[in-house]
Amino acid sequence: MERRAFLKTITLVPAVAAAPLTPIENPAAPGPAYLNASERAFIDAALARLIPNDDLGPGAKEAGVGDFIDRQLGGPYGRAQTWYMQGPWREGTEEQGYQLKLAPAEFYRTAIADIDEYCKRQYGGKGFAGLDGATQDKVLHGLEKAEIHLARAPAKQFFDMLWQNTREGFLADPMYGGNRDFAGWKLIGFPGPRYNYVAEIGEYGKPYREPPVGVMGRDPKRRLT
Amino acid sequence: MATRLPAKDVVLVGFGLTSSMLAQELTSAGLQVLALERGGFRDTVPDFAVDHIQDEYRYAVRDDLVEEPERETLTFRNSADQVALPMRHIGSFRPAVGAGGAAVHWNGQTWRFLPTDFRMRSHTLERYGAKFIPEGMTIQDWPVSYDELEPHYDKFEYLCGISGQAGNVGGKLIDGGNPFEGARRRGYPLPPLKRSHATVLFDKAAKELGLKPFPCPAANTSKPYKNIYGVQMGQCTFCGYCEWFGCGNYSKASPQTTIFPVLLKKPNFELRTHCNVLRVKLDGSGKRATGVTYVDEMGREFEQPAELVILCAYITHNVHLLLLSGIGKPYDPSRGEGVVGRNYAYQITSSVDVFTNEILNPFMGAGSLGQAVDEFNGDNFDHARHGFIGGGYIALWTTGGRPILQHQLPEDAPSWGAGWKRSMKENYLKSCSIATHGSVMSYRDAWLDLDPTYHSSYGDPLLRLTFDFHDNEHRMSNFLTDRAADIAKAMKPRSMHVKQRKGHYSIVPYQTTHNTGGAIMGSDPKTSALNRYLQSWDVPNVFVMGACAFPQNHGYNPTGTVGALTYWAADAIINQYLKQPGPLVHA
Repeated sequence: MERRAFLKTITLVPAVAAAPLTPIENPAAPGPAYLNASERAFIDAALARLIPNDDLGPGAKEAGVGDFIDRQLGGPYGRAQTWYMQGPWREGTEEQGYQLKLAPAEFYRTAIADIDEYCKRQYGGKGFAGLDGATQDKVLHGLEKAEIHLARAPAKQFFDMLWQNTREGFLADPMYGGNRDFAGWKLIGFPGPRYNYVAEIGEYGKPYREPPVGVMGRDPKRRLT
Repeated sequence: MATRLPAKDVVLVGFGLTSSMLAQELTSAGLQVLALERGGFRDTVPDFAVDHIQDEYRYAVRDDLVEEPERETLTFRNSADQVALPMRHIGSFRPAVGAGGAAVHWNGQTWRFLPTDFRMRSHTLERYGAKFIPEGMTIQDWPVSYDELEPHYDKFEYLCGISGQAGNVGGKLIDGGNPFEGARRRGYPLPPLKRSHATVLFDKAAKELGLKPFPCPAANTSKPYKNIYGVQMGQCTFCGYCEWFGCGNYSKASPQTTIFPVLLKKPNFELRTHCNVLRVKLDGSGKRATGVTYVDEMGREFEQPAELVILCAYITHNVHLLLLSGIGKPYDPSRGEGVVGRNYAYQITSSVDVFTNEILNPFMGAGSLGQAVDEFNGDNFDHARHGFIGGGYIALWTTGGRPILQHQLPEDAPSWGAGWKRSMKENYLKSCSIATHGSVMSYRDAWLDLDPTYHSSYGDPLLRLTFDFHDNEHRMSNFLTDRAADIAKAMKPRSMHVKQRKGHYSIVPYQTTHNTGGAIMGSDPKTSALNRYLQSWDVPNVFVMGACAFPQNHGYNPTGTVGALTYWAADAIINQYLKQPGPLVHA
């Protein structure tokens, strides 16, 4: 299509610019991509504490962030596909960043096993998912502040990665499996990737009322396969 | 063994902004030009089309348009007594891969440096005396003046269709523009962008403090625009997806939106993608380049002869290629001798988050939609009582409200849990952030060289970066942050969160893709790798583009000056070098 003709088309249909050229529909929840059942139980339990389900709306677990993390770990991110992963390996300073030989997926597996082992030792044989909410919070704070020392995984580094991935899943486009029914975007008032605010940008202080829309349109069940 | 290919007049290493500009100019001068790009070809449609480009997770979080460190990264340490370790994933800065380079995913913030910036050392000595320059600081004058670059700044702004308000046309100050800018021959090609609510609040507060705020110069079009090559751009729609994204609307200046439509039709231009240049080849004398060697996507090695070799890759790659090819003497910090790798610098940034009572709709924005003050940049204020060198602009940008990376929370917000969730709900629509954008001087102990341990997948040693912020920069940045906080207070916010830049430089959090130096331009071959026309002192048929030529980094985004330098060098190549190939400056 000529550029000018293309410009004309997109200018005429501002709000539905997110309609995909080749929609991929997959309303059914996908099977697990990486996490096994006990790892998934850990993730769901942690998500329910990190962004809880409350009167403000669905939490991370209800918004499908567990599916999001599972699929990310089963994909290029989990394998550190684009990262420089050649040795020699040694511990660096905080300023030098990630220096673990483990790719993110392996890091999750190692850290979850370590945390469950820590919990079982500490709390009468119960893994993290089996603890009550207050105790789970205590463990998460301990990881965040590096007050808990795990057998292999650096605790704070794992907490930071888990919390970062949780926010990503809660606030990324729903086509990645999290932010289900636009839960994250509805919470904060983000209307999604829209195309044209030429008129609205000058309406100072006025709330924007259009409902959320995703890259694949309004149907929040559309996902990437 | 490398296959030897038919010769070209010019080979350009990389096919980003400077390469596209040179290709356009040099083909118009009648030369046969070849660009070698390590990434793939990309164009507005289909690659940046609005059916998929507005995806924060894919592009801004998982870096889909920027370089992948997998095959080749750099190693980093803060100081010479540490062991440098590889930057394993993208962090502090984000160079690009693919046609159009980083000018695809930039915001479009397009500034000129101040006239005094080009006389950094002389000006400092004249106004403050020799004792004012701290031990170990290696700032230099540029070998080119603002007045010499002015026509080239102008041409670059009319290439890009910059939206802005001039503050000084021919020495006459104009209300509403930047009163500190160097004199320009004419105004910007387009009027300023519409203002966001947050920039209006900033503007009012800054004026109450007696400052002179102005609209930031933007490579986002406020109106439809036809540029100097006859390429048509469309009006920006404030969709809020500039930085880390390609523009699907032909509104952000990039090679795709300003040069490709004319360049790619030319019979004397050739682009080869997925070709990674490994060396500039020199003849037996070491004083003349015979071409380059590169590897294609099949792993085949080629030798490409050319009369003229121009490095147009990102600064780290240009410097790496000079070091690997043996062009220019590598810098040795222990003796303070050598030139390649010398005077690496960066940018020091900080911010003050502002939480308001009114809804700001931060998601309606554009990459260069901002309002700034320049009172504290360069030498626009008396430094005598402060005792530091340099400065920066303070701006409120409304670049977008992408939820994962562009939300701000008050200082006392819980880091996770129900309190975090409530704070997100209460603050996302009612927050904005004032940024400071500070200069970084050059120092004897900040440099680039080859790493002794780590290798690329091509078997070459990685580039090694040794860099930290110095006391001068921390004090300057804290001063700027305090001034930003003054403005924030005058905005009468619910609350504010002052975020100073503290401690060591870290390669981890994104700061800016404003790496500079390593192959700097100068008037003395003992302290510069390039002469005033960006020509190698050592191998005169090699030119090097980009911010690697900056002797130190000033208080503005570098792209405007990179663009002006590129047109300045193109003019010298066409009007001087081609008539008499050889050194353009005799040391």
